[in-house]
Parts: sequence; C-alpha cells; structure tokens
Amino acid sequence: MKENKNKYESRRDFVKKAGKMIIVAPVAALPVILFKKTSAQGYVWQIDPYKCTTCGNCKSACVLTPSASKCVHAYALCGYCDLCGGYLKEGAKTISTGAEVQMCPTGAIARNFVEEPFFEYKIDEDLCDGCAKCVKGCKDFGNGSLYMQIKQDLCVNCNECSIARNCPSKAVSRVPADFQYVVKTRPV
Amino acid sequence: MKKNNIPYILLFIMLVWHTVLYAQDIERFPRPEFETDYVYPEEQLPLQRPQVWEYIDVAVLIAALSLTTWLALKRRSRQGLIWMSVFSLAYFGFFREGCICAVGSVQNVSLALFNSSYTIPLTALLFFLIPLVFALLYGRVFCAGVCPLGAVQELTGFKPVKLPKAVEAVMAAIPFIYLGLAVLLAAMESQFIICKYDPFVGFFRLDAPHTMIIFGVLLIIAGIFINRPYCRYLCPYGVLLNIFSRFAGKHLTITPAECTNCRLCEEDACPYDAILPSNTDQPKEDTVKARRRFYTYLLLIPLFAAAGGIILYNTAPVLAGLHRDVKLAKEIRAENNTGVEAVSLAATAFKESGETEEELFVSELTVIRRFRKASPWVGIFLGISLGAGLLGMTTRKRRSEYKPHQGKCYSCGRCFKYCPVEVKKQVK
Repeated sequence: MKENKNKYESRRDFVKKAGKMIIVAPVAALPVILFKKTSAQGYVWQIDPYKCTTCGNCKSACVLTPSASKCVHAYALCGYCDLCGGYLKEGAKTISTGAEVQMCPTGAIARNFVEEPFFEYKIDEDLCDGCAKCVKGCKDFGNGSLYMQIKQDLCVNCNECSIARNCPSKAVSRVPADFQYVVKTRPV
Repeated sequence: MKKNNIPYILLFIMLVWHTVLYAQDIERFPRPEFETDYVYPEEQLPLQRPQVWEYIDVAVLIAALSLTTWLALKRRSRQGLIWMSVFSLAYFGFFREGCICAVGSVQNVSLALFNSSYTIPLTALLFFLIPLVFALLYGRVFCAGVCPLGAVQELTGFKPVKLPKAVEAVMAAIPFIYLGLAVLLAAMESQFIICKYDPFVGFFRLDAPHTMIIFGVLLIIAGIFINRPYCRYLCPYGVLLNIFSRFAGKHLTITPAECTNCRLCEEDACPYDAILPSNTDQPKEDTVKARRRFYTYLLLIPLFAAAGGIILYNTAPVLAGLHRDVKLAKEIRAENNTGVEAVSLAATAFKESGETEEELFVSELTVIRRFRKASPWVGIFLGISLGAGLLGMTTRKRRSEYKPHQGKCYSCGRCFKYCPVEVKKQVK
C-alpha cells in the first residue's frame, strides 16, 4: 500500500514537471520567433492626408475629447485667398470674420490680413475639435493646404487607435516613431 | 523610331500626365508672391513624449512585480499589497492612462506572430512576457498588485459573496472564449476587442464613450459583492496566468508555517473560492471506477477538440464579418443587387478611392479564407480546455493541509488574517 502511494506521488510529480516543460517551451520560444519582428523603436498612429476623405469621424472616434486629431495648415501650399473655401461656409453672403459665415463651428481659424489681396489663416489648436469641415472645404475648393494630423503630444497612443478603427478610408495607420507626422508639401 | 524606345516614351507621357493631374489637384491657386516681408509661419507639429518613458514603464513593471512577490510570499502583508495596488492604479492607470497593458499585449503578440507586416514594439513584448515569467515562478503576483484593472476591483471589493459552484464553473469558461476570439481577431487584422471592450480605461483617462462608462460602473457595483468580476469572468490574459501559475515553483501559502487543519479559512476567507481544503478524512473512492471515469474523460478530449474545430470552422464567415473589408464588400454587393445606393462613410470613401469592386471582392475572399484556416484552431483550443477542465474534476489529489488553488488564487493575501498560526506569529 505504501509503495503504491509513493508511485502515485511520483506520477503526479512527473505530470507536473512535464506540464511545466510544455508550458515553458512556447514562452521561451516566443522571443526567438519574434526576434526579427521586434523593434525597440515603437510606433505612433498617424493620418495619411492623401488618403483622408474628410469624413469627420476623427472628431468623435478618438478616445480623447476633444480629439487628438486636429487640422494643421501647410502654409507653403496655401493660396492665401480672400475667398477661402476652408474659412467661409458655402454660400456665405459676405466675406467677413462674422461667426455666421465661418465654416469652423468652434471659430478656431483666425483670418489675418497680410497684404492686398492676401489673407493668412491660422488654426488655434486649443479650439480645433477635429471635425474636418475646413479640411473638406479647402480640399474641394482650394489647394488642400488644410489637412488632418494626429497631434502626437496629445495622443495617448492606444494599442489600437480608435480613429483607425473608425476611419472609412484606412487613412490612419502605424508609422515609425522617427517620422511622427505625414507632412503635406508642395508638389515639385 | 526604334521599337525599344516606346516604353520610355510611354513612361514620359505618363509622368507628364501625372504631374498635370497632381498639380491640378493641389495648386488650384498659385502660391502668392508677397511684396511685404511676410514670413511663412511654422507648422506646429509637436512630437510624442520621449521613448525613454516606455523603458521606465518596463522597469517599473519589473520592480512592482518583484515588490509584490516579496510582499505576498515573504512579508505576507495584506496591507502592503493594498498599497501596491494603490501605486499600480496611480502609475499604470492614472499616470500612464492604461496603455499599454499586459492584458492587451496578447493581441500585439498575436498580430506579430501571424502577420509579416507588423513589427511588435519591444515594450509590448516585454509587457506580455514578464508577468508570465513571474506567474511561472511565483504565481499570479501580477494580479495581486500590479495590474491596474485588478487593482480597481481589488480596492472596491468590500462585501464578498460566494457564488454557487456550478455558476462559478460555467462563468469561468467565458475568459477562454474571449481569449480565443481576441487572438483570432487580432491575428486576422480585424479588431483589438480586448482594448475595444476594456471597462476601466475610461476612468483612467477620465474620458470615455457612455457605453464604456456604463459597463465599467456596472462591473464595479457588481464587484462590491462578487469580487473581481472582470478578472474572474472576462480577463483573457488571466487564462494564461491561470495556466502558468498552476506550475509555479513557489506560491503564496495560507499559513506561514504548518497547517493545523483548523478549518478557519474554509468558510469565507477567500472570496474567489480558491482555497482547496484538506481531504485526508474523506473516504477513498473505488479505484477501478475512478480510473475508468478518468480514461473516459481522457478520450473525450479529442472529441471535444474535433467538435470545437468543426463548430468554429462553420462560424468562420460570421466572424470574418467583423473585418472591415468583408463588411464593405457586403454593402457594395447589396447595392449592386438591390440598386439602393450604399451611403455609409466606408462605402463613400471606397467609391472615392478608385479601388475596383473586383479588388474588394478578392480581398473579401482572402479574409474569409484566412478565417476558415485559422478559426478551427481556436475551436480546438476551446475543446481541449473544456476537456482538460472536466478531466481535472475526475481526479482527486490527496491533501493533508489547506492550500490555495494555484490557478485561481490571485495572491491577494485576504486569507492571511484567518490563519491562527499567522495571528499567533503576529502577536509574538
């Protein structure tokens, strides 16, 4: 009887040790398998402005309120127009700085006179909520110098970006942390 | 004209054409020539916080795990573990805002394993591996005081109530299914469902969609009575920790010295039902009968695995429906069949993108085929888990002392104060 019991104990022991081996093996193998697929550098989420269809999902999809995705201005592309498709609502009766003619629902775009006939448009990042209305206006009627980017100082870098999940045009993707913005430049 | 010049000429025409189109697209209005000394303002593109922080996170993780291990196994201080939970909640929760966490890193690993295009960040891999290594050495110390999600629930579990054993056993199967689906959907590049349905990350950021807040608050209210509901009935990473912890080299013990079988910890010391009682006083079962039952259940495992594989193979198209390409293809097909225009944002974006419908349908097929190939494995995993769980019920280990169940025990230290041996030691 006693011998029998001993045998029982050792079998338990054997099962436990074998189980441990089976469990350890994949975990030990994982770093080896993923060795080539690991990078110390890390990723951030960014919008490709050339794919963006200015649907306005950025505003509501982001886990942050207001969204980390905001409008930025490529001044080098801007025509500095008086009649700006990004600043003024479609069908605005006058060209002025009145709230009733502004495209931006939060009044985040400042219109400054530079010289006849040019006006500079500046985005106030704190006011911008990422609705992309001005981006759409500029893309449809202007040079497309206003475009959406995820501001990396605000972004909490979620494991899966909520904007990416909701972006209909697959414009949001992981980019290497060395190049955190996809900047729009003048075509050469 | 030489024949082999034609491709170059074509290429030249294409380039010119492209430039014309491109220029048309972008510069409708020429860049102004300013007469005043206007300087272009600089674009504000601030960078992310420095990378160093991610390595600090890993260092904090290792330090927190070591400290928790010491508090749980050596120092045996419930108070210390509570403080540890508070720290982890503050650092990994409110300071780091819940990303990246070990629970979610399962998906990064899965995505990296099955996709050539994704490179996993080193920190994500370390966040996945380090708690598992600690589980293999010392049990689920990660749950005890390092996981911010666990900490929220540990600190709010005031009035523990025990659930019936049958309910507990059925509910304990949910995390396996959750893990299987999470790994599958991450590997198929569909969704990170663990992150999408994280209940508490909204509290850490003090900002969340209302569904997340309702889910989180409900869990916390339930957690006052049914402690750690997320950990017990949902947490997919807990499944891995559970399996690993069963083979732990060292584990937290209820008593600091020898168990006197006083049965004081039997009743309500453990809200997680993780205390295995001593059973030497129970009559021994008929060996032949027990053995026969054991083998029956052993033979059932492949049966369960096959059944799981077949079921999941057949649900693959449904699961594939969670992939954006499949969703979009369905919409476009419905448009073609019924003539009703698809108006969703995805459909509009698709039409603007210039991708052809054939390309979309091909990618839909590829996704479904990938799902067909992968999902049976999830079924097999679930079948084996179920079989192994049932098999475990047919065997009985003889214990002469009260011990924590190494898979279920969160090493939270609630049972310490119930042990008279411990109390005696404290008094001394």
